[in-house]
Amino acid sequence: MIAATEPVRILSKSPTDDGEGQFLEVSMGPQHPSTHGVFRMDVVLDGERIVKLKPVFGYLHRNHEKIAENETYLGSMPYTDRLDYFCSLTNNWAYALAVEKLAGIQVPERAEYIRIITAELTRFQNHAALIGFLTQDMGASGTPLMYAFRERETILDLFESLTGARMMCNYMRFGGCRVDLPAGWLDHAKQFAATLPRFLDEFERLLATNEILMARTQGVGVLSKEFAVNAGVTGPILRASGVNYDLRKVDKYGIYDRFAFKIPLGEHGDTYDRYMVRLLEMRESLNILNQALKDIPDGPIVDPKTKIRGFKPKPGEAYGRIEAPKGELGFYLISDGTPNPYRYRVRSSCMMNLTVLEELCIGRNVADVVVILGSIDIVMGEVDR
Amino acid sequence: MTLENIKSEMEANVPGCVLEIVGNPSPSGQHSLRIDPAHAVAIATFLRDAEHLRFDYCSNVTGIDWPGKEISEKVKAKKLVDGAEQEVEEIRKTQTIGHLEVVYHLYSMEKKHGPVILRMRTEDRAEGVHLPSLTHVWRSADFQEREIFDLYGVIFDGHPDLRRILMWDGFQDHPMRKDYVEPDDYEYEPTAHDQVLERARQHRTVMGAQ
Repeated sequence: MIAATEPVRILSKSPTDDGEGQFLEVSMGPQHPSTHGVFRMDVVLDGERIVKLKPVFGYLHRNHEKIAENETYLGSMPYTDRLDYFCSLTNNWAYALAVEKLAGIQVPERAEYIRIITAELTRFQNHAALIGFLTQDMGASGTPLMYAFRERETILDLFESLTGARMMCNYMRFGGCRVDLPAGWLDHAKQFAATLPRFLDEFERLLATNEILMARTQGVGVLSKEFAVNAGVTGPILRASGVNYDLRKVDKYGIYDRFAFKIPLGEHGDTYDRYMVRLLEMRESLNILNQALKDIPDGPIVDPKTKIRGFKPKPGEAYGRIEAPKGELGFYLISDGTPNPYRYRVRSSCMMNLTVLEELCIGRNVADVVVILGSIDIVMGEVDR
Repeated sequence: MTLENIKSEMEANVPGCVLEIVGNPSPSGQHSLRIDPAHAVAIATFLRDAEHLRFDYCSNVTGIDWPGKEISEKVKAKKLVDGAEQEVEEIRKTQTIGHLEVVYHLYSMEKKHGPVILRMRTEDRAEGVHLPSLTHVWRSADFQEREIFDLYGVIFDGHPDLRRILMWDGFQDHPMRKDYVEPDDYEYEPTAHDQVLERARQHRTVMGAQ
């Protein structure tokens, strides 16, 4: 902290070991381009070195949970799209799963397959875009991001022809999905999936052994295994630290137990591992996608007995969680027997991953904050809710 | 491992703790355990460290508001009606105090089991809103407890940094409470302009600039 009578210097003489140097307070954000939205970090600097970092958020807070308490169960479904607006379909699924647990609704097989196909496409485009943004933050201007967005466009086109919207899909329903796949959609998806291995090779070759990328990311922002678990970090960041915990394997929600896929794990828990784990996860997503596209059966997409309008679950509570692209996304619902949930809680994966930012950044330079934050993968819509 | 086993183990290992299983009638079947705040930290530490339980991961911390209810019941009372004592039925209304509740969802990343759900209640919704913080057991409770403090007004004793997180610092009320009423306008939003200008003035004086 700056003592009021001390002069403020832009650069301290040298970082001293006893912490007696001149500190500079910098407010990074909320309009900083590297913060991926309206997010602020109160950084205390000793020269270029970070001494303290406090994440400040809430700029996008609209009290999603309170809105949902005043909405019907179905009425909250479109709002979940706006949480993590990159991955609206997985948000839909997490919410639908929680309601299905609460009311004991079964999902037909075809709907389970559609859910897995759309979720893995979502994961694929999220990871591709994230790697694009991360490398863009590091100064790889444009190229990787545009490569990622080229594929993302096709995926969004697929979403649009299925759900009517590119990003705000509002597609899952309790006990299934809203509409069936349009004619020819599966063939389009198969054709597209066949082009993806080439894209993945290209995308990996583009940067994975790049000297600058390795220098900027290896050993930067190391997250230890024990701390990651204790701090509730989930998703690719946790697995980059070497913890084998993927809800697709642990909970086997939906029908994930029918698919053969691997869980990529990191060793060092640094930014490079987080980047690499995501690259490898894209390959596994493609693997699941191919199996699901091959095996999808015909049949109903929603249980005809499910009552969607005037839906009133019996009193009780349920916590449903899925492996969203950014980590564990959970919904905790309490019903009191009325058409509105008594309590509706979103367990946000982005927010929990963001809480370890200070520990990752302390001792690093300011320029590394941008890279570390980029590798955490946040969307402020979900952090602030 | 059933909840009953965990409960009896906890009773054996944490002396004096008061536990109660809260049933969940919904098909999810996620029953929970109500713990007494006085022993919360000991219970949490036991759940985290016991060899075969190892609930090392606190996934979700939720605040819930249960406002006081007006319960009306019919009672028979004796009253003087037209000079004669008669037995009449009247409705007696009682007001419950209400409380705030905090729910912890625990899983084990090591053993890959869960959830175990812990609940804690405050005494009331006005003065007795203190609960022990479990941040030192699970770091993941840190920001979530801050959020519950912000939106519900539960004060977590022992929390290292209990500040508002989603609402701004000058905000007064707790918006997730069921009886929260929105103000007519949000025109007033405090900014640190005066402090920043004062600091800039001092800075200029010291540096000898204009």
